[in-house]
Amino acid sequence: MTSKSTASISKTEIFRRTFRRLASPFKQVPALGWLIAGLVVALLELFFGEILANLMGLDKLPALFGSLIIFRKPSLEFPFIFNDLGVIGAVIIYDLLIYAIPFFLVAWLTKGLTNKLSWIIYKRSTWISVLFHIALLYIVLRIWTDISTYRELVTRLTMIAVIVTLSLNVINGYMGEFSTSHPGFMAVGAYVTSVFTIALFTNSNYFGDAKLPASWAPFLFPIALLLGGAVASVSALVVAIPSFRTRGDYLAIISLAFMFIVKSFFENLEVVGGPRGLGGQPDLASFPVIFVWMALGIWIINNFVRSTLGKALNAVRDDELAADAMTVNTRKTKMTAFLFGAFWAGLAGGLLAHVLRYINPGSFALQKLAEVLAMVYFGGLNSVLGSIVGAVSINLLGEALRPLELYKWIVIPVILILVMIYRPTGLIAFREFDMAEIVKPKDMRMMEGDDATS
Amino acid sequence: MPLLEVRHMTHYFGGLRAVHDFNFSIEKGDIRGLIGPNGAGKSTIFNLITGIYRPTEGDVLLHGQSIVGLHPHQIAAKGLGRTFQNLRLWRHMTVLEHVKMARYSKLTYGLVGAFFDTRKRRREEAEAEEVARHLLDLLGVYNVAHELVTNLPYGMQRRVEMARALAIEPQILFLDEPTAGMNPEELAEMMDIIRQVHEQFGLAIFLIEHRMKFVMELCERIQTLVFGEVIAEGTPEEIQNNPKVIEAYLGEEVAF
Repeated sequence: MTSKSTASISKTEIFRRTFRRLASPFKQVPALGWLIAGLVVALLELFFGEILANLMGLDKLPALFGSLIIFRKPSLEFPFIFNDLGVIGAVIIYDLLIYAIPFFLVAWLTKGLTNKLSWIIYKRSTWISVLFHIALLYIVLRIWTDISTYRELVTRLTMIAVIVTLSLNVINGYMGEFSTSHPGFMAVGAYVTSVFTIALFTNSNYFGDAKLPASWAPFLFPIALLLGGAVASVSALVVAIPSFRTRGDYLAIISLAFMFIVKSFFENLEVVGGPRGLGGQPDLASFPVIFVWMALGIWIINNFVRSTLGKALNAVRDDELAADAMTVNTRKTKMTAFLFGAFWAGLAGGLLAHVLRYINPGSFALQKLAEVLAMVYFGGLNSVLGSIVGAVSINLLGEALRPLELYKWIVIPVILILVMIYRPTGLIAFREFDMAEIVKPKDMRMMEGDDATS
Repeated sequence: MPLLEVRHMTHYFGGLRAVHDFNFSIEKGDIRGLIGPNGAGKSTIFNLITGIYRPTEGDVLLHGQSIVGLHPHQIAAKGLGRTFQNLRLWRHMTVLEHVKMARYSKLTYGLVGAFFDTRKRRREEAEAEEVARHLLDLLGVYNVAHELVTNLPYGMQRRVEMARALAIEPQILFLDEPTAGMNPEELAEMMDIIRQVHEQFGLAIFLIEHRMKFVMELCERIQTLVFGEVIAEGTPEEIQNNPKVIEAYLGEEVAF
């Protein structure tokens, strides 16, 4: 191609073409390949991370790809918000040597093998294949998070954020109502679950001595969570019933009011500590527990939104009158969406309370709302994958920019505004999420029958 | 007993009388037409029968049973399918999803099935898909099953809407200006489609239309509505020669 013709195409097109060229060798890497590459990287860091970090002169191994080391408190001196160039260089080299190079190299080198392997499992049963991938993902994450406790905490919070984002996407994305009551649902779930576990399994000032042995706690914790979700779900009736008669801005205001009512309610409820909050939850929300709930949540929510009953949400959003005329029970549909979304928000709130082991009404207010809305709209409306991407990226971004302190809340909104300008419905909007499609081998030569069209 | 009977239906929007003493009955296999100038209240009558508005007075009987006061989705599930004047399609859904959605009332797997992907759900979804695909085939939009409706040309969107209305297994099909905005070619196709579904499903069809040629060719009986009142009723020939109808459409005849 001559330079003249390249000049005529736009910069974004050049960028896109370059990206496509760089990505093309990895097109045929199946999900299994990426997971195995992840496993190799995690093991590499486990065994050599510390040594390499010491060699590079870093005092400890970078917890989140070194983002916390790159940034520092903003000042007027050069280099403003960044750390010294030597340190940044060290971090970049660390990232390249431990993460980027081995990751892509392994994924690329093993693609023949991983395609063959994933085809063997896929042929046997889609179910086994999906479970196998999830198990592998769990192992990779576990090894990676075991290296630093900070990293583990961030991952646990991120997984909870995934549940919250998905549940909000059901209402705001799939049903298209701008609901702002989610922190309220989370608060209800968090308090109900906390009261349940604190009262039963711990000696506390509020609820007296433990009533059941602490060894029962892990087994009754799911019940506590389901109860929290159920109560949140019932509280969602306050928003669901007005939604029969009103939509849009008005419903947004009603749901916002609901959030503040919940906050004031718990602030004035001395039994659970009022504005001082409630602490001392037993340590029940461990990494595997949250991982299982997240996987369950994604599975159930994805099942729902892909069924015709769930698609009815889209029909109600796009044209309610037409939905009604085509036998869709619109009231039941709206009710389901709100109660279902609130259930998962409540459950996530319960998990969150047991990760932080302290909750107060103030933490379920506007800032939380801004966070969850940002995750939904950044990731993409009407999309399970979008919600996962949104929750993970906004959470990691929030952690990465932590050294900037307050300025973090300038950087994140700017990024959000940019996304809204260039992709108004979010990064990955209106896409179906199909695990069976994801775990398929990508090299079509592996597949018999050869229906390789894509 | 007629399939559907409307007795003395009157409706007010506030102080405005939109429909006055409308009577109508239709049997299985009939094709009836409703014509009238803009704003005569034709669409209002459709909306009253299908439950979007509740008539101020009068009754609507399906198989002799009143359906007044039921929700639109309940009325639809009883077999009153309809299309809309201004195409009410769901812009983020594919063609196949549209038609499957109209099978909503036939699904019995409930929320448990929806959440946990049970065998019953898979079976029922597969059945719904089969019905949907059959209808898409019938209406000649099978090859765009996975397209978003917004990507389709107008004529095809009309067919999708028709397929969607048929998927609820209607006994009576209400077509609100099925040829609005169509070119002569598409119009001829639409006429064939209506004839075809009429024959194949033995449907009763009630249609609103502006194009006289279309109505005159399809309908056995026609009612003319002006300012909410039926001023003439009869066969196409009778209507065509009725002085009141001519007056409503063309204005009063002035003697030379």
